[in-house]
Amino acid sequence: MPQYQLDVNGAAVIATVDDPAMPLLYFLRNDLGLHGPRFGCGLGQCGACTVHLDGAAIRSCVYPIGNVHGKVTTLEGLGTNENPHPVQRAFIEEQAVQCGYCINGMIMQAVAFLKRTPKPTEEEVRQELRPNLCRCGTHIRIIRAVMRASQAK
Amino acid sequence: MNAVIDRRRFLKGTSALIVSFAIPLTRGRAAPTSSAKPVDLNTVESFLAIAADGEVTVYSGKVDLGTGVRTALAQIVADELDVAFPTVAVIQGDTDLTPDQGPTYGSLSIQNGGTQLRQAAATARRALLQEAGKRFNVDPESLRIADGIVIGPGEKRVPLQALIAPHGLHIKMDKTAPLKSPTDFKLVGHPVQRLDIPDKVTGRFTFMQDFKIPGMYHGRVVRPPAMGATIVSIDESSVADIPGIFKVVRQENFLGVVATNEWAAIKAARQLSVKWSEWLGLPDQRQLWEHVRHTKIVKDDVTSHTGDSAHALGDAAHRIAATYDFAIHTHGSIGPSCAVAHFEDDRLICWSASQATHNLRKQLAAMFSLQDEQVRCVYIDGAGCYGRNGHEDAAADAALLARAVNAPVRVQWMREDEHGWDPKGPPTLLDMRAGLDANGKISAWESELYIPDGMAGFVALVGADLAKLNSLGTLSPGGVLNDLAIPYAIDNVKTTAHRLESTPFKPAWIRSPGRMQNSFANEAFFDEIAAHLGIDPLEVRLQYVHDARGQEVLERVATLSGWRHRPKPDRHAVTSVGRGLAYVKYELVRTYVALVCEAEVNRKTGEITPKKFFVAHDCGQIINPDGLRNQIEGNIVQTVSRVMREELLFNRSRVTSVDWASYPILQFPQVPEVVMDLIDRPNEVPWGAGEPTAALVPAAISNAVFDATGVRLRSVPFTPDKVKAAIARLAD
Repeated sequence: MPQYQLDVNGAAVIATVDDPAMPLLYFLRNDLGLHGPRFGCGLGQCGACTVHLDGAAIRSCVYPIGNVHGKVTTLEGLGTNENPHPVQRAFIEEQAVQCGYCINGMIMQAVAFLKRTPKPTEEEVRQELRPNLCRCGTHIRIIRAVMRASQAK
Repeated sequence: MNAVIDRRRFLKGTSALIVSFAIPLTRGRAAPTSSAKPVDLNTVESFLAIAADGEVTVYSGKVDLGTGVRTALAQIVADELDVAFPTVAVIQGDTDLTPDQGPTYGSLSIQNGGTQLRQAAATARRALLQEAGKRFNVDPESLRIADGIVIGPGEKRVPLQALIAPHGLHIKMDKTAPLKSPTDFKLVGHPVQRLDIPDKVTGRFTFMQDFKIPGMYHGRVVRPPAMGATIVSIDESSVADIPGIFKVVRQENFLGVVATNEWAAIKAARQLSVKWSEWLGLPDQRQLWEHVRHTKIVKDDVTSHTGDSAHALGDAAHRIAATYDFAIHTHGSIGPSCAVAHFEDDRLICWSASQATHNLRKQLAAMFSLQDEQVRCVYIDGAGCYGRNGHEDAAADAALLARAVNAPVRVQWMREDEHGWDPKGPPTLLDMRAGLDANGKISAWESELYIPDGMAGFVALVGADLAKLNSLGTLSPGGVLNDLAIPYAIDNVKTTAHRLESTPFKPAWIRSPGRMQNSFANEAFFDEIAAHLGIDPLEVRLQYVHDARGQEVLERVATLSGWRHRPKPDRHAVTSVGRGLAYVKYELVRTYVALVCEAEVNRKTGEITPKKFFVAHDCGQIINPDGLRNQIEGNIVQTVSRVMREELLFNRSRVTSVDWASYPILQFPQVPEVVMDLIDRPNEVPWGAGEPTAALVPAAISNAVFDATGVRLRSVPFTPDKVKAAIARLAD
């Protein structure tokens, strides 16, 4: 079976899969046991599966594992409960979660965005997060959390 | 104040799900043995345990569907028992461990579930203080508890756990056990941070979709391409080349695949060659409302009847009539439904994000001809469900596959399974009539609701229906009659629900079922009456709301929104901003809400932008004000999505809106601002807040559009095409 050498959250891992078309998401979730990236649609329409590839937000539910060349970072790779990433901390401070299923995508999208645009306007945050869907209606807090993170030292 | 979260302690509560799996599953056909944990509603130990190390476990039949109720329930118990907040963990919705407090629906988790837990804690508190009084030989009244330690005169100290008899909190629940005074609350009424959020933002949280057990296979379902189609033939060789495929499972028209890995299951489900029969049993969507109106009525439920409305309408100087409709909606959970099932010996254990694990147990037991006690359903948090979505159906699918392969199976629905097969909020039609007398008094009000028969019963499980097994299903649209009756003192009122024999899609409840549709018609129609009278909608409501708390929310929302000084919109400009008001006393017996929407309307494009909402909210005692705000924001934003965008699409065979492109929901750029005024009444009972505000959003937007343009929107969703057509009609 083909093997792929990957870098996930700073660790070298080998993926042994029979199908290079298998989306990265299933390897991260089932083989590495990561819970950050989530299955939402399998169509690249909702953002729940978002991870970083070399710092850019990608939809891991439609990204073939055979095409992964670069460093993969998941929600787990950003920070921990004890030492959260500033964006994770801002989401806790704003209590910007209801069910929390979409939150992985919101945070991963926001972290990649803030790297490019460190001091966005609220309107820019709204436009950036447009492709990420939330069903609980937590948007107001999510916007506030991203703005808070952008203003944090 | 924000309580610090003890992660270790919190995780203990969640990981207990896994730990308790180590409990032997086999107990035979007999009822649980005496060593089993009690779960009846009459004893404190069903709800609470205090361990030897002082840690408190709350056993809650109500579950956290993403609302934060786990934290609120922990606040209630910690406060009532006077134990430190981090020592409290909550186990939810496990039929072997938690009492059946009813499904988690209807905005009742705090109101009913929390009240029961508080009573359990108060009963325990009194018994433990009495025991301490005996030991110290003092009057229990002279004792107090701080951080789980009973403090007596002098140096006397004893921890609560040391006062518990060897058999635990085997104390009868006592409704008369004295409750703590609200002035002594340390946690209740405060914005304690949610227990689950740190793990949810770092990826350490275990959702249902993350749950695994050893030896577990991955399953996928293969649903018919037409909802009533039957299997003609299957070519199993069509998936034989997929590495990891384990079995194709068929039972009647239930079809699924089981594989050793998830991707193999997904590929096999897509690749399996199946010939299905044709089926065209759905109505033509273009004639949906004619179909609803002509569906056989099995009975009429008159939900309120005062005076003689027919006579008063006949005598009225002016009569107004209008028809309102509300589209079919899907729950649209962001995480498609998922479950793991396992048969071991003669017992079935099923992990599910069901809002009603105790009911699911009965349904699964019926499906597989087991006794209820032979089925254990264990709740694990899923994506928000907002009602009876597909979680229970996924559980039935997992159980069917698990039995077929005699091993644990995880079923994860794909997006098209969720959008295509979760039960739907039924299409709802309302005819409204009112009469005004010569003095401008509202003399008559009549409404006729067209809604499927049934209440919030057992919704048939899809897998069971396909496999031709009995899952106790009945037509169950939810408590849809609520709020058809009105919160206004009008002399002659008759509100009637025509209960329909059927509806195109299997119905179930979605957030504020019936109450939202009924409140839409009531509150928009009331606005029509106000316009007809030429009186401000707020002043007319104040005239007919004879209830101090109702008047207070109306006055407060008026102040909050500057209602009485609002600018008059220019109804001829291309874009104009209007304001609309709506009011509810939920189910006429609880939470009061008044809502003002400020919306911009573009007459050229027909686009409506709800920009800002003002809410005055009275749900009695507030447990966690930040949790409440979070819920109210969600009520509004989610309902703006439903009202502005959502409509199930279908052809004669099946649902065709099976993804987020064909069933779009609200996105960030369109999210409105929300401003609120929360009324806290610490001495009153706590009422629900997960639904009431949602019920008002459709009418508040419709009324704002009328204010801005003079156009009445009576059909949800408020699409640009409908707006443009209504504006064109107005111009004619």
